[in-house]
Amino acid sequence: MIRNDVAITPELVKEHGLKPDEYERFVKLIGREPTITELGIVSAMWNEHCSYKSSRIHLRGLPTKAPWVIQGPGENAGVIDIGDGLACIFKMESHNHPSFIEPYQGAATGVGGILRDVFTMGARPIAALNFLRFGEPDHPKTPHLVSGVVAGIGGYGNSFGVPTVGGSVGFDKRYNGNILVNAMAVGLARTDEIFYAKATGVGNPIVYLGSKTGRDGIHGATMASAEFDDASDEKRPTVQVGDPFAEKLLLEACLELMKSGAVIAIQDMGAAGLTSSAVEMGAKGNLGVELDLDKVPCREEGMTAYEMMLSESQERMLMVLKPGMEKEAEAIFHKWGLDFAVIGKTTDTLRFVIKHEGEVKADLPIKELGDEAPLYDRPWVESPKQPVIASESVKAPMSEAEALLKLVGSPDQCSKRWVWEQYDHLILGNTVQTPGGDAAIVRVEDGPKGLALTTDVTPRYCEADPFEGGKQAVAEAWRNITAVGGLPLAITDNLNFASPERPESMGQFVGCLKGIGEACKVLDFPVVSGNVSLYNETNGQGILPTPAIGGVGLLDDVTVNASIAFKAEGEAIILIGGMVGWLGQSIYLRDVCGREEGAPPPVDLATEKRNGDFIRQLIRSGQVKTVHDCSDGGIALSLAEMAMAGGIGASITAMPDNMPLHAFLFGEDQARYLIAVDEDAAADILYEAGALGIPAVTLGVTGGDSLILPGQQAISVKQLKSAHEAWLPEYMTGKS
Amino acid sequence: MKSAVIVFPGSNREGDMVRALKLAGSDAQKVWHAETELPKGTDLVVLPGGFSYGDYLRCGAIAGRATVMDAVRAHAARGGLVLGVCNGFQILCEAGLLPGILMRNANLKFICHRQFLKVERNDTAFTKNYAKGQAIDVCVAHGEGNYTADAETLKRLEGEGLVAFRYSDAQGNVTQDANRNGSMNSIAGIYSDKLNVLGMMPHPENLVENLVGGTDGRGLFESLVSSFSKAA
Repeated sequence: MIRNDVAITPELVKEHGLKPDEYERFVKLIGREPTITELGIVSAMWNEHCSYKSSRIHLRGLPTKAPWVIQGPGENAGVIDIGDGLACIFKMESHNHPSFIEPYQGAATGVGGILRDVFTMGARPIAALNFLRFGEPDHPKTPHLVSGVVAGIGGYGNSFGVPTVGGSVGFDKRYNGNILVNAMAVGLARTDEIFYAKATGVGNPIVYLGSKTGRDGIHGATMASAEFDDASDEKRPTVQVGDPFAEKLLLEACLELMKSGAVIAIQDMGAAGLTSSAVEMGAKGNLGVELDLDKVPCREEGMTAYEMMLSESQERMLMVLKPGMEKEAEAIFHKWGLDFAVIGKTTDTLRFVIKHEGEVKADLPIKELGDEAPLYDRPWVESPKQPVIASESVKAPMSEAEALLKLVGSPDQCSKRWVWEQYDHLILGNTVQTPGGDAAIVRVEDGPKGLALTTDVTPRYCEADPFEGGKQAVAEAWRNITAVGGLPLAITDNLNFASPERPESMGQFVGCLKGIGEACKVLDFPVVSGNVSLYNETNGQGILPTPAIGGVGLLDDVTVNASIAFKAEGEAIILIGGMVGWLGQSIYLRDVCGREEGAPPPVDLATEKRNGDFIRQLIRSGQVKTVHDCSDGGIALSLAEMAMAGGIGASITAMPDNMPLHAFLFGEDQARYLIAVDEDAAADILYEAGALGIPAVTLGVTGGDSLILPGQQAISVKQLKSAHEAWLPEYMTGKS
Repeated sequence: MKSAVIVFPGSNREGDMVRALKLAGSDAQKVWHAETELPKGTDLVVLPGGFSYGDYLRCGAIAGRATVMDAVRAHAARGGLVLGVCNGFQILCEAGLLPGILMRNANLKFICHRQFLKVERNDTAFTKNYAKGQAIDVCVAHGEGNYTADAETLKRLEGEGLVAFRYSDAQGNVTQDANRNGSMNSIAGIYSDKLNVLGMMPHPENLVENLVGGTDGRGLFESLVSSFSKAA
């Protein structure tokens, strides 16, 4: 009989984030009152973060299969086949709540966690990306959070030795109380050397590897499953502390151990630490797990079973080893100066048994901890449709040239150099396209292949129309990969939303997911991994719905690619894609006219595919080297970015007569690209596009040192650059 | 030429270094920090970039006292060539093979960007394939690259021509703007008295291919290989 020293009161249940009916469900499942350790374990397994109890039912609708998908959602990371015996392993994950409370460590351990997810599967990380959203610049906390998060991401990734090659940074008052820190890692493995969490064999040793266990991060996953209030700063002790040096050693030791053939199963200790990793390995393998906590390497004295089971100390791994190979494994770990301890074994009982100081502290049915977690079909309401804003009804408050200068220097559209210069984006010597373009490109080993990587979503579109916004997020990731010459293969999604217990917010989640699913299906761009972060809400104010999409694409020959920079004078600038002049929810409407309203631009996925496939073929055939997609800020902002990147101006002479100039220049119509090519090639491309029924029109020509928009005063490239580069450094040093 | 690239726990640019050395025609192998001897016939020892021992305590302080460093010191004392890049430069300073120290960058932040360097002299084994005064385009990636030394040391380095590279603009002008980490006299790299040990913060090994930014870093490795084949 298991001894119970602590009475489980309703208050204690509430402190563990369990609803009364959830607790009842658990008591019924085990047939008695739980011990405090068991209560801790179930609170860790059944919180939103680990159980996906509000989201699971909707996630099932996402397309997750394709001939090149080796492993879809459900493992540490997704795996796709990129040919020649190589697999790309990748995932994105949020660390929103801890980063708001302690920005440096929160962001650092977010990077550490996602890197571990990738190398747990046997992959060496080759690139990192991120997706960041902060509150409005004027909010007193924003500079401190930006500074801490960026330093934390750099501090971990730089030391670990992975290039941080891309990302997205934006500001909005809706993130004032809940910032978003989503980190993505991409790794490389051989297709026949991929490792999984599923344990096999009865009586096999379960081994603890890596750093020692301390009292940090206890209940981290529970914190990430609740809203914030004014007292949230007091949750600082639940944030973990990262040690990138230990992680680097863990990487090398794990990869070396995997090569030795000793590893049957491996799972990193991430959210909910030892509890979640041990349960997952056993449950997946239809096996019981017995752990002896006296063997766990601890950093602090007198740790209880409860604390050890819930600690989220970083840089730790759990493995099931082939029996008899413990000595060899231990030698490898000691070479790297890391802890190694056999702490338990697999059993045939299907029970999760925890022993400590000679006593059984927990004895639970292992499969039910996962399978019987609550599942909710929460009530939701569809977001109200917004009216379509006629471009004629939007009056220009300033000249188009002034508007463009304002936008290039605005918080969301300005250069993020201040951020990415704090990330080592060049280490490993394979970064073919650095941050600042449509997608980053990294070479795969010594070539010839390359990967195109991006993170995208337009939250204001998602709020105005979750379905179209969800589609657009996937379409933009697909377009950015296409724009550098990559073939989009798969995505990871990081679904950041407010409280699922409010029907409006749940409606945004449901709508976005439908849109994401639809786009993935049509664009043949399946979801292979992901993460759900709900309860991004403070005192009843939720974030903008932000389903960040991390996209991966393949370049068969990495030397054949395109970039946004104008490369020569006298080249024709061609717009591929139609022209509607859609101003609803545009950056122009928001930042120039001060209006946040209207329906977002609709995404026609068939058109998206047709136009993108055409662009990719132009790049791959060597006809085009200069491509930029049109997104926030429309044609005008894309032109400015191409001019600034290349240091070459342009003259735009075309001007449709069926819409106002500002709608033509700043409209955010989808499925569009700008290309620059020499005049001979231009004629061929216009002809080819015409034959395929793809709208294509010459807008003007590159050259000079200024960007000249129709009927507007010239803006020198120098002036554009100085506005573009100035805002963020000045803001961060308190000058703006 | 035979190169030995020393790997400490936390080194992370050893692979980049091996690739650059091999591209230039050197044989290159990694050597674990716990070794007591260098591989037989080692011509060049390289301490690569990274965060040895997590940069805990002080950058390079723990690695500077690693077992293998006795062998590296002996190699240098025999006149053997030693190259330390980034964390390697910090280790050389901590090991007493080069004077001075690398402090936190002036802006207190890690910085990673492309950077021009002015080649101060081209009569050493490391730089003979460059022109004197040439501006080469490489990159930096460090949080502690702010070269600092006492006035006497600085005077000696300048007086004896031991400054290898300075931060410059694309034309080779040594300007304050180009010196982003705040190094004294814009120093990016220095030689030992006998010109056989070079420590530098920037990464020539990351600029050795046109596909990945350019080839200006290649000259350093080719200089080494060519000076060796002639000497041998």
